[in-house]
This record gives sequence, C-alpha cells and structure tokens, in this order.
Amino acid sequence: MNDFGQKWIIGGLTGLGQIALLARDALASCLTFKLAKRDLLYQIYSIGVKSQSVVLVTGAFTGMVLAAQTYFQFHKVKMDTATLAVVSVSMCSELGPVLTALMVAGRVGASMAAELATMRVTEQIDALRTLATHPVDYLVVPRLLASLIALPLLTTEAMAIGIGSAYVVGVFLYGIDPAYAWWNMLKYSHDVDVQIGIIKSVIYGGIIALVGCYKGLNCGMGAEGVGRATTEAVVYASIAILISNFFLTTALEQLAVIFKL
Amino acid sequence: MIEVRDLNKGFDGHPVLEGVSFQIEHGESVAIIGRSGGGKSVLLKLIIALLQPDRGTVLIEGKNITGLNERQLIEVRAQFGMVFQGAALFDSMTVAENVAFALHRKGGHTAGEINRLVARTLDVVGLRGTERKKPAELSGGMRKRVGLARAIIYEPQILLYDEPTTGLDPIVSDSIDKLIIRVRETLKVTSVVVTHDMRSARRVGQRILMLHDKRLYANGTPEEIFGSTDPVVRQFIDGVADPEDVLF
Repeated sequence: MNDFGQKWIIGGLTGLGQIALLARDALASCLTFKLAKRDLLYQIYSIGVKSQSVVLVTGAFTGMVLAAQTYFQFHKVKMDTATLAVVSVSMCSELGPVLTALMVAGRVGASMAAELATMRVTEQIDALRTLATHPVDYLVVPRLLASLIALPLLTTEAMAIGIGSAYVVGVFLYGIDPAYAWWNMLKYSHDVDVQIGIIKSVIYGGIIALVGCYKGLNCGMGAEGVGRATTEAVVYASIAILISNFFLTTALEQLAVIFKL
Repeated sequence: MIEVRDLNKGFDGHPVLEGVSFQIEHGESVAIIGRSGGGKSVLLKLIIALLQPDRGTVLIEGKNITGLNERQLIEVRAQFGMVFQGAALFDSMTVAENVAFALHRKGGHTAGEINRLVARTLDVVGLRGTERKKPAELSGGMRKRVGLARAIIYEPQILLYDEPTTGLDPIVSDSIDKLIIRVRETLKVTSVVVTHDMRSARRVGQRILMLHDKRLYANGTPEEIFGSTDPVVRQFIDGVADPEDVLF
C-alpha cells in the first residue's frame, strides 16, 4: 500500500478514535454534569423545531413518489391495494429514519460544525476554557442530547407524513380502493418496523451531533478551516449514516427474529 | 506565584520557544515583549495550559500543571482570568451575559446578585449601560473592556492579557493601560501582559521580559530595559528594522 493509502487509513482510524473519545467524554459529562435546561431547550428548538419544514417536505414527497412508483409496478400484476403496505414498511424502517437523518445532517450537522469552528478560530473555545468551563460540558452535551431527543420525533413525523401523503396519492390520484389499501397496510406493517426506525433515528442523532461537534472543535485555522469543517461534517455524517444503516438493518432484523417481535 | 522552567514548544517541527525559564511573584505586574510571531502569545497560553509544552514545566502556586487533563485544569484555571487579543467574546450573548458567564457557571449567586455584580464590573471598565448590547455592536476598545470585565468579575488571582492594546488608537490604548493598572491595584492581582507596544509595556510592567530568537533574552525593570545598551534590546525599543527586514 502506498503512503497516501496508509495516511488515509490512519487518518480515518484516528478520526474514529477521537470521535469515540468525544462520545465517552460527553457520556461521562451527561452522568456527572448539571446540564443547563435552557441550553438543552434551545438546542432542541434549534435542531427539532427549525428542521420541521425540511423534514415535512422530505417525508411528504418521498411518500408520494414511493406510492407512485410502487403503484406503477403493482398495477401491472393487479396488486394495487398492496401499495400502501410497501410504502408504510419502507417509510417506517428505512426511508423515514435515513432521509430524515440525511436532511438533518445537512442542516444541523453543518450548522453545529460551522458554529463551533467559528468559535474555535475566534478563540471563543479558548475563552470558555479560561473561564473554567469544559467545552464538552457546555457545547457538546446539549447538542448531543438535543439530537438524541429531536431525531426520533422528526423521524416519527416523517413516517406519518410520508404514509399520509402516499395514501392521498394512491387513493385520490390513482384510485386505489381506500379500505383494502388501509387493511393491507395494517396487515403487513408491524410495531417492530416503527421500533427499528426509532432506534435507528436515535443512533443517527448521535452520529450527526458527534461528527458535527468533532469537526467544529478540531477545525483548521481561518475561513478555509471553517468551510472545510462544515463540508466534512455533512459528508462524513451522511456516509456514516448510510453505512451504519446497512449494519443496523441487519442486526435489528435479526434481533426482532430472535425476540419474536 | 508563577514559575516557568525550561519551557520548550514547537509547531510542526518548528521550535517557537526554547529553554524559557522565569518566575513571577504574587501581585507583580510583568510585561512580555518581543517581535510578532516570537512566541509571546504561545507563552501566555502555556502558562494557563491552553497549550501543552513539548518539554519543561509550569508551576502555579508550586503545583505542576503540565500534563493535567482538561477536567483537572478546570480547578487550576479558576485562579486565572484572561483577556484575549480579539476579546473572544461569545457573539451569541449580550454584554451582560458575557460578563456574567463565569458566575452562572460557578453557581451560588442569585439573579439579582449577578445583575448587581455585572453592573458594578461594567462600571469599573467604564461601560455602564451596555448590558443589552451584542459584541458586534461594540468598538474594538469596548470589546476589550468587556473581555476584561468578563475576566475580573470572579476576582481571579492571576490576570493574563494578550496584546490588550493592539489595533487601538493611542488614546484608547492609554485608557486600557490605565484600566490594567487600576485593576491590578484594586484587586491586588498578578498581571502578565503580552505586548509589542513599548509605551504600554513601560506603563503597565513593573518588570519586563523580552523574548528573542525563541529564548528569554532580557529580564529587568522598565528602567533597566529602556536604559539597556544591548543592540538587540535597543533595536526593539527604538523600532528600527534590519536592512534585510526592509521590504522595499
């Protein structure tokens, strides 16, 4: 392997290790540090409430296009009324959590990285440290907890709006029988699909906050450093979400079988 | 007391400080001078452990703070206040929130007490009535005063100033210098002022340390430094460039 490949692998592993250490510090801080409720509420507002429009539009149009595509294929084999069941399972266990996380990574992960990186280059992080405040306690913990709380709520919202939009498209645009469509959806969708989606969203919330904060706190100097940290936060969080989605799907489906959920 | 022993620090293989050692006594006011990029701010950050040295130790009240982790340093840093070159105010907060930050974090004060302390401290730095302003609405001199108010509100034992008068006009610089002296006399704090403004160094320093070529080159009272016949010290005091430093 050439030098570039070695550096790339070592750099990647170092980054992962440092994110793991940041997660450990944040967890330790959660257990020992008295969190300011105001900071947590502000972050929930910033991450959760301000992401509403993005998540609603994403959820709605994903549900609509999924309903349309599924209907086109199922109509050929006279299975129109199974359309909503496919949309429901997909939205709950895969598309809802993944697309919500990707949209939030783009909006919130970038914002976290940019904010913390700007604080770093303007010495505000150093100022925090001189004021006897640990940056993880003050900056990372509220963002991490807010992400862990907001992502499942946003994901649930995306699932609901996606299924609702699919129903409207399927029933009112393509003329699927509403009673059969609804009945099939309830028959083939299970609680475990929603549970898998919610568990995934909590993990994605952690990924977004940790990657965003890590990139912001460790950015290079100057405007270029801030820009690079912002870009990398979005790219790395998105890639981590997509890769972890495969492993989470495999592991959670296996667990569901083992525990007969 | 601050004691620095054989401090070495470099970045990316380039040494910035080599073998720097000195002591600063309780209540003393020391100005650190030297050329731009000569390691003055790095030295200040090593004293408060914002950076870790490659070699050497920093002792605060006899306690070696080198190698302590970030949580252990919280207690050590509670003795310090620092005024940054660019003020480093939290730009999402108002002036009052910036100044009250340490009190809120420390706890043990009611909202009324904090408001009174903030008003009193802003009065000390001559900024009464600016509580609700944001840092972006302030001039450079005002920002540095707010930075000073934020650093002194919890009455630290050691105050570090990183280029407190850089970028300010001579009148505002003079007012900042007078403020530094007033704070030192009122709170009886140990002051370490990094500057390349010779007038400021003479006014605020009871002792002057000069960094040159990565080392502590001179250490003496303002009279000794300003009366020095050493060519390096003289050149810096007189502000004369070497022929090879002339750009055009």
